[in-house]
Amino acid sequence: MTLYAVIFYILAIVILASTLLAIIQRQVVHAVVYLIISFFATGLLFYLLGAPFLAVLEVIIYAGAIMVLFLFIVMTVRVESDEDTKTEIHQWLPAVVLAVISFFVGGVLIFEIPGSKMSLNTGMATPSAFGQFLFKSYWFPVEIASFLLLIGLVGALYLGRRESREESEDRR
Amino acid sequence: MIVPYGNVLLLAMLLFLLGAVCSISRRNLLMILIGVEIMLNAAGLAFVAASLKWRLLDGQAFVLFIFGVAASEVAVGLALIVYLQHRTGSVNADHYDSMKG
Repeated sequence: MTLYAVIFYILAIVILASTLLAIIQRQVVHAVVYLIISFFATGLLFYLLGAPFLAVLEVIIYAGAIMVLFLFIVMTVRVESDEDTKTEIHQWLPAVVLAVISFFVGGVLIFEIPGSKMSLNTGMATPSAFGQFLFKSYWFPVEIASFLLLIGLVGALYLGRRESREESEDRR
Repeated sequence: MIVPYGNVLLLAMLLFLLGAVCSISRRNLLMILIGVEIMLNAAGLAFVAASLKWRLLDGQAFVLFIFGVAASEVAVGLALIVYLQHRTGSVNADHYDSMKG
């Protein structure tokens, strides 16, 4: 087992443990903080798998922007915690059973693929090579992604504004 | 030599299933969105591993687009949650029953 494999397994354990802890938290704030750990570890895993630019983006976008956005919304939205435990188990059980079944089926499927037991060699795509590849081969999807972000911005702005206008009409 | 390719796929699948379980079984709208984020992240991990296996940069380019989709999805989703919270005073998915479904 090489050093890279040891790092991979440590990161995998950290990711799975922090994600598992995140999804069983009752408070959303704790879940978000655990998920920040999970996304940091995923960023390190991206670095290990030869994508340094995506590792940085993972930390900036996921651990930085998205999770901080979640934290802001959790602070503004009042979350009531009146979920009784009985219906909680009633909800968890089918989801967990289905997930375990699909885990076994998927595991068999993954290890039946030819080449899945082949070891990955280390490699590195430098950010400049990645950027040149992106704008040579995928310039049109980049434009579509930017358009999607613009539409998301306009949509979020619209939803936020309409609600405040209705509120001010209610006050009158 | 890092690890076999199947191990990375297995990790991505486990992560995806954790996100799916969170998304299915929680009632809080914020936790449902968090489950979707976990699933998108797992898909990105699988793409990066495939990109390393076949020595092609296309997988990494797709992860970039997944990031864009995740960012815009979370912005619109959180705006919807705030809007619904102002309208109905609740972020519990079970309380949206005005259509008596």
